[in-house]
Amino acid sequence: MGPLVPDLISNNMNYIVALVIGIFFGAILEQAGFSTSKKLVGLFYGYDFTVLRVFFTAGLTAMIGVMAFDYFGLIDMSLVYINPTFLHSAIVGGFLMGLGFVLGGFCPGTSICAAAIGKIDAMIFVVSAVIGVLIFTEGYPLFEKLYLAGNMGSPQMFNTLGMSQGLFAFIFVILGLITFWFISIIENKVNGVNKPALSLTPYNISIGVLGILLAISAFAFPDKKTYLTQKVEDLNYVNSYPLDTMNVDEFALCLTKILECDKYQAVDFRSEEDAKNLPIPRSTKMTVNDLFSKDAFKTLRIRDKITVFIANDELTERKMAIIADQLGFKRIRILRGGLDNFVQQILNYTPIDNPKTKEEEYTNRFRIYAKNVIPDILKEFKPPQKEKSEKKRVLGGC
Amino acid sequence: MEKETKYMNPYLAGVLLGLLLLATIYITGRGLGASGAIKSVAVTFVELIAPSHVANTKFYQEYAEQHPGQSPMMNWLVFEVVGVVIGAFISGLISNRLDLKFEKGPRATTKMRVAGAIIGGILWGVGSQLGRGCTSGAALSGMAVMSTGGIITMFAIFGGAYLFAYFFRKFWI
Repeated sequence: MGPLVPDLISNNMNYIVALVIGIFFGAILEQAGFSTSKKLVGLFYGYDFTVLRVFFTAGLTAMIGVMAFDYFGLIDMSLVYINPTFLHSAIVGGFLMGLGFVLGGFCPGTSICAAAIGKIDAMIFVVSAVIGVLIFTEGYPLFEKLYLAGNMGSPQMFNTLGMSQGLFAFIFVILGLITFWFISIIENKVNGVNKPALSLTPYNISIGVLGILLAISAFAFPDKKTYLTQKVEDLNYVNSYPLDTMNVDEFALCLTKILECDKYQAVDFRSEEDAKNLPIPRSTKMTVNDLFSKDAFKTLRIRDKITVFIANDELTERKMAIIADQLGFKRIRILRGGLDNFVQQILNYTPIDNPKTKEEEYTNRFRIYAKNVIPDILKEFKPPQKEKSEKKRVLGGC
Repeated sequence: MEKETKYMNPYLAGVLLGLLLLATIYITGRGLGASGAIKSVAVTFVELIAPSHVANTKFYQEYAEQHPGQSPMMNWLVFEVVGVVIGAFISGLISNRLDLKFEKGPRATTKMRVAGAIIGGILWGVGSQLGRGCTSGAALSGMAVMSTGGIITMFAIFGGAYLFAYFFRKFWI
């Protein structure tokens, strides 16, 4: 599961990766024509919209790709850098950059490309950009207030607008397609080309079809977390979902170690406080968010282990188990009746008076025994001090 | 004598760039960038010429706290930008576009172009710090992860450029 850094690719190796990615980045920019200021600013005067075409196609492709990777569980979005939103400085900074664009004819990435192939104006631009950063760092006390104002955290646009991820992506792609069509009209007009911007050539048709497919695919990859957490709110769905279970006696047998239960592990969905009051040996604490994270793979994908989901009530267990099942984790069981039932039936067991059947007699015998032993086992057991895993989002941006 | 050089189809280039960005996010958990490397160069420059000034200034102290125990040049974006230089150079070599050349609009004087590049570069330097990224780091990568801040910055960059374009048309057309 991505990101591959730092688990599969070490931080040092990452520098090599950066170099290779950079080479492709530079080569694509140069091949697309981003290494000349005349072509770059063309979009602001209407004579050449190449930059806008490349930029939007790239952004939309990557956006749908990220959604698909998220949907298929290939990437843990909680570890991916989402650019933070500081409303005021984002707008002011953006306008300064826009003014810089028409004056300088480049943006930083393209200026580096152009300088690399020998454009002298680009070299001047790059040096000036370094000076610009120095003005910011030296004058930081002046900028600080603006820089830190309007902190909104790291929201995603569909959240800010209050719509679903799929709808937002769909609208964005459609807007992109309309823009592509519109800029072709302007381009032809400015350059005095006398041909319709939208002729039905096989080339145009295939681009249109691909674009529309891209737009529709936005709905194929809904945000899995939102989708699944909403779905398990439907009680009918939750209660009719087939799940493997374990009953409280089996659970108690494992705790007393009458049975070898090495192939079992418990995952505990209770609050920190509940878990402290009634710690369960050999259990891992998780939350619903953890199920969607990279950590879930470490815990739930251990070969040949059967995982028992425990919570105070069976409903929570069912919900979590359904989400896990939908995410593709197998060999998961739930404790029937939840820990509440375990407490009632085992720890606070009231024996059946005059057991009539053999079964009742066995139940009595085992549960009375369990009731005596388990509290000591639980007391002896010290919940391991779980070291806080140092999982942070990578820092990106500039 | 200027030979018309042929560029890649913009939609094809866009898809390739998008896939590269996707691969970058998948591998590293972060997008592409450019101005971050410029910042590393700027900070290194100050560290070299005025180490005592660095130790006394709030911004550099905060920067050092965020990047503990290493030179600002040991930075993902610095390596990436070195790659950009190599990649663009190879591409220019292949497509026969390597040439020491000063480019300006047909009506612009050299003085105008130099002044434009200097002021424009400075504005990008300041602006990319305020916007927490430039066209690559904030706008493009922000769009890929649907970041609100990134998309707002993107609209501000393009919107701002359109707003000011008219006044500087003599530079380009």
